[in-house]
Formats: sequence, C-alpha cells, structure tokens
Amino acid sequence: MTNRVAIVGIGTTGFKPVTPDVSYREMIFEAARKAYTDAGVEPDEIDGFITAAEDFMEGYSIADEYCPDQIGAVLKPTQTIPGDFIQAMATGYMMIMSGAFKMIAIEAHSKASNVKNVDELVGFAFDPVLNRPLRESPHAIAGLEMTRYMFETCTTAEQCANVVALNMGNALRNPYAAFGADIEPWDVLGSEPVSLPLHRLDIAQHADGAVVAVLADSETASSLTDKPIWIEGLGWCTDTPTLEMRDWGEAAYARIAAEMAYRMAGISNPAAEVDFAEISDEYSYKQLQHMDALKFCMPGEAAFMVETGVTDIDGELPINVSGGALGVGHLFEASGAHKILELVEQLRGEAGARQIPDVNVGLAQVWRGVPTATGAVAILSNT
Amino acid sequence: MGYRKVAIVGAGITKFVRRAQETGKELSWQASKMALDSCDLTLDDVDCVTLGTAPDAFDGVHMKGEYLADGAGAFRKPYMRHYVGGGTGVFSPIHGWYHVASGMADICLVVAEEKMSSCYPHPQGAFITIFDHTTEQPLMPNLIWIFALEMNRYMQTYGLSKADIALVSVKNKGNAVDHPCAQIPERITVQDVLDSETLAWPVNRLDISPASDGAAAIVMASERVARRLTDKPVWIDGIGHSIDTAYWATRDLCYPRYVEAAARMAYEMAGITEPDKEIHVAEPYDPFDYKELHHMEGLMLCKRGEAARLTADGITSREGNMPICPSGGALGVGNPIAATGLMKIIEIYLQLRGEAGKRQIPGNPRCGLAQAWGDLMQMGTVVVMRN
Repeated sequence: MTNRVAIVGIGTTGFKPVTPDVSYREMIFEAARKAYTDAGVEPDEIDGFITAAEDFMEGYSIADEYCPDQIGAVLKPTQTIPGDFIQAMATGYMMIMSGAFKMIAIEAHSKASNVKNVDELVGFAFDPVLNRPLRESPHAIAGLEMTRYMFETCTTAEQCANVVALNMGNALRNPYAAFGADIEPWDVLGSEPVSLPLHRLDIAQHADGAVVAVLADSETASSLTDKPIWIEGLGWCTDTPTLEMRDWGEAAYARIAAEMAYRMAGISNPAAEVDFAEISDEYSYKQLQHMDALKFCMPGEAAFMVETGVTDIDGELPINVSGGALGVGHLFEASGAHKILELVEQLRGEAGARQIPDVNVGLAQVWRGVPTATGAVAILSNT
Repeated sequence: MGYRKVAIVGAGITKFVRRAQETGKELSWQASKMALDSCDLTLDDVDCVTLGTAPDAFDGVHMKGEYLADGAGAFRKPYMRHYVGGGTGVFSPIHGWYHVASGMADICLVVAEEKMSSCYPHPQGAFITIFDHTTEQPLMPNLIWIFALEMNRYMQTYGLSKADIALVSVKNKGNAVDHPCAQIPERITVQDVLDSETLAWPVNRLDISPASDGAAAIVMASERVARRLTDKPVWIDGIGHSIDTAYWATRDLCYPRYVEAAARMAYEMAGITEPDKEIHVAEPYDPFDYKELHHMEGLMLCKRGEAARLTADGITSREGNMPICPSGGALGVGNPIAATGLMKIIEIYLQLRGEAGKRQIPGNPRCGLAQAWGDLMQMGTVVVMRN
C-alpha cells in the first residue's frame, strides 16, 4: 500500500468565454489526451476515472452517462462526483490510499456558454419551498453577504475592487485566462451596480474549458515522472445549505476544510509555510473572506494584505497569480481544476511569464458558489 | 491483498411510498437518524458523510446534494455526493468504503435519498433528457421504450416467453409482503402480469417497478471501531463498478458485460472464484422483471440464458438454494432509485446478521451480494459482504 499520492500528469484546453467550435465531449477529449501524454500513460493503464459534473449545468439528467468514451473509461471503474474537481480529487486520493487502485484520472469541465441563462439556472439550487419563490438572483445573496463581511471586518468596497484589478491584471500573464485586463479599482466601482455593494466587475464571468489530471501512488509516480507533485493535504466541508441559518460574515466551510487540510499536511503556521495560493474569487470579496478563513492573516486583515502588495506575484504570499476566477473565468465544477492546474505548473516551474520563484508548497481553495456553503482545500508540494 | 477492513454497523430505511408528505431533506433525516440510533451513535461521532441521489430533475433542484446536506447530517462536516445514475444506491457503500479503507474516516454515514414525486405529472418526464441531444432526443424516446428493446432482445436470444419473465415479478412482489417498508407488496399470478396493460411491447405495467419516494442510510466503520460498536459487524469484502460506452446502440443488449466487469472486480477483491456456490444470497437490481435475470447472468450466478429456468424451478425463492431479492426488490418494495440500491445493501446486512425477521432465509447465510445498474444501460455496481 502507498502512503503518498502524486499528480503525475495534467492537461487542459485553456479557458474561453465561448467555444462554438467544439462540443464539451471534444473539449474533454483534448484535455484527456494532453494529460495522458503529459503523464506518459495510455488510458488503459489507468485503473479508475472520476468526473465532476452537475446535471443542470450539463443539460442532461444523469450527465455521467456521457463521460466514459472521451476519457478512455469504457468498462472501467468510473463515477461522477457532483461537486468540485477538488472533491473528486479527494475521492481519487482515497481510492488510491485504500490500496485498491494505483492510478486514477480526474476530469472536470465547464461549458457554461451552452447555458442560456446561468443565473436563472442557479436559482434552481435555492430551497424550493422557502427561498425559490422569492426569485432572488444569486448576486443578491452575494451582495448581502458582501455587506455583512464588509461590516464585520471594516473592509471597504474600494478594497474589494483592488482584488479585481490585481487578479484581472495577473491574468494578462496567463495564456489560459479568458478575462485578462489592465484596469484600476475605480473602473470596478464605476461599473454598473448589480446588488450593492456588488458591481458588475466584482463578479467573475463564466468561461468554458476542460481539465484532466492523473493521480498515482508513490511507486507508480516515481516510475513515471521526475517531477511528481504530491498531495500533502486535503479538506472539504459543507456548512448548512439553509441561508437563514448560516454565519454570513465568516466562511466557516473554508475554515473547517482548511483546518482538515493543514492537519493532514502538518502545517501549523499557514502564512509562513504556504508559498502561494489559488483562492476562490467568484466575487471579489470572497477572496478576502477566504484569506481570513485560511488563516493567512488575522480576521479582517485580508484587504490590507492585498493593498500592501503582500499577495502580488513578487510579494511574500502571492495569491491568484493565474488571475483567479475574476481573470480566468468562473468554471463551476472545474473551478478547482484550474487552481490545481496552476499549482502543478508553478510547482514544476513551468508557469512561464507568471512563474513565482522558489516555490515548494501551494494551496488551492474552492467554493461551490451561491447558494452553497461548501468548499474544499488542497495542499500540494514538489518535494 | 491487505485492505483495511470496513464494516456496516447500523442501518435505517424510511417507508417507500408513491408520494411522501416529507421533503427530500426530511426523508434523508429520518433514514440517517434511524441508522445512527440503530448503533447508538450521534452525529458528533460521525467523521464524514457521503450521499447518493439520482437525477436532480426528479426533485427539480440544481445541486441537489448541496440542498440535502443538512438533512443528511452533514452540517460542518466533510460531505460529498456521488452519482452513477441508477447504480448510485449500491455505489454509496463503495464511496463509504473509500472513505474508511483509505483511513480518512473511522465512521462514515452513508445516505441515499430519492424523491421522484416532485416531478409532475410523472418522473418519466425527467428521463427525456438522459438521451443524446443530437442523435436520440429527436426520436422522443423514453425509458420504457429502450427497456422494451432490451427485454425483447433478451427474450429472442434465449427463446424465453413473457410468462417465463413474469415469474420474477410474481416472486418479488410476493416477497415484499413481509417487508415493512414495501410500497406495492402483492400476491399476484403470472396471468395478472400478462393481463396488465402493455406499455411498450413486451413490457407490461406489472413488469415494472413503481416510481417512489424514500431514503435509506447505513453507518460504516473501520475494524477497530466496528468491533466496539457491535457483535455482528457485516464486512464489505469486495467492491466493483464499471461503466460501458454511452453509445448504447452499438452494444449487444442481451448481456450486461458492464455488470460482469464490476462483478469480476468485486469477486477478485473478495477472493471469490465460484460465485454460484460461494454467494448464499443476492439482491440484483430489478427495476424491470427481466433485469433480475439479466443481472444474475452478468453476476455469473448462473450460466447465460439459465436465470429464467432457475426462477421457474424455485431456486431463487427464499427457500431455494440461491435466494434472489428476498426483500421483494424494486418490484415489490418500491424503486426510489438511489434508496433502492441501499435498501438492497441493508437487506443483505440484515440477512447476514440473521435479523431479517419473516424474510430471513434459512441456513445461516455467510456471504451476500447486492448489485445495481444505471445510466444508459451501462453502469454496474457490485458489493460483496460477509458476516
């Protein structure tokens, strides 16, 4: 039995606002082919497959039916996790650690451009009895939460706008990113209000793309690659889905998931021991709220960290150098996939123009979006 | 192979009904509470929660796993939903096994819920969108349609009549009379099945399981914990799952090779070489009566084409040599998709503990199997259990 699991291969299509030229199955095929080539394996050498998908986003009931062919999983142990890629990766990790599997491929994709009205679709995730009849936009919930977070931490809308300018600017260095832009915080505050204090540019726009990663046990990993990227810590957590019951200021799901991952990785001082992080920023304030939850700073100091350049690419704790969801695009179930992709490229030293020097430990954190209070954390290292 | 041993130590099921007054959250809560109470645990003892539930379209709730989370007891806990279509219920303990066998959890609460009645007027409507949008949906297919194709192919290949197959429905609905959660327990005859209305030839109404609401839950524990919790842990000795191509029209429908692949994986893990002799009781998935026969063959419990004869000879009855679906199965107990699979796991759990009451099969069974199937006739999930 193995005691460590590594990522030995990863592939992606990159991320674009629309992809009328390819079907989602073709996107997945491209990402899978690149991942298997990267790992140096044929699909029939892989023991098991996991896809992360939600029916409504796919436009199919039982969307997992259509996963096997394009990833080479026909007549293999295959399953769908209707959750984030990092949750699927946690399942893959457990499958390998159980001793029953040596190599697992994980797939996630977004074809959000196929969805006519994403916000309306997200409305179907609200409690059908208590909340859905109010016909709230998901952004209205986010606006309320942003207000509460700003109130509890004395953060301002300008400070949230800093996150947008920084992340969209970072995305200019990322060839995979869909929404790189050179903007100023006042551009964000000047964009139209959606649900105050939330402005249009505070909200990540959706993108299409697919990512496939190959996990392997330590023995297989060592035989396949010189640069295995080890999974050191994993955590996932669901706070209550009931809007009326949850703590709106703190991201408890992120804190508990991070505590689980830190415990597993043996990390006691995250700000010092984590070299860089990719953090969920589907809304600008969410990045700050999550930085607090991950214990990168004292509660409420996240905005100050961003302001003072600590999280810049050349800062002490670079955050979202890929551009995050604000710069790369909101990828739904593939949100974690893009973050893991960024971690792997950085830790291998293959991140090109956005390479952070001398990094050994990276952290990825995701949130499943309004109205959920579910998140996951993964900690990877190259040593 | 030295896997970490994992046991089932507690179980709970709600009654299966056509239209439950409870919401999906409440059904999940009832089953979870029953399962925890059955082994004297509380939510505080649970390390992880995993939930199985089939299409979101039944409940009409996007990200249904997130919606059901607090009902299933996942408040501020590691929680994940798994999903393999109709095979989900038997996949649930497999996902639970991953949690415990990997060492990530010592106690994992496994919940399966389905509320099909929210889909109005009939959950069959939710199945229109399972087909390929370009090549199949324009033909307006439904599930009964494609199962009629499969049943017909199975009958033609082995020269079976509708009466041969109807025996399964008669047996299972009869078995369900003794199941306290059963939705349509009935003592019927083969003639009743043949006389019920034809929906898509050769499928008649009584060949099919009903649409149902219900939930089931089990508690899974590592060896160390399980031995402290109960004198009669039931061990998960083999797990297997396999998916076939999505292009179902390219396959020969007379044999479920995906079930065989899943079964081979589970048998290898459990060290089973002669399944027809080593497995004492089985709960294959029976949403249609011919599927029980189909699956018995895929599970290698009998030779291809012989399952109908075993049924006619009474070998698959509760008193027979190889009891199949002693619970009453989906045909009798009801078919809230994911919850049905877990109901089958619970039936084997009870049979192996000798606690199945009136349904108990004779001879102190030591090894049992549950199986489910799903997606576009392409997914097999198998669990082998021993006491």
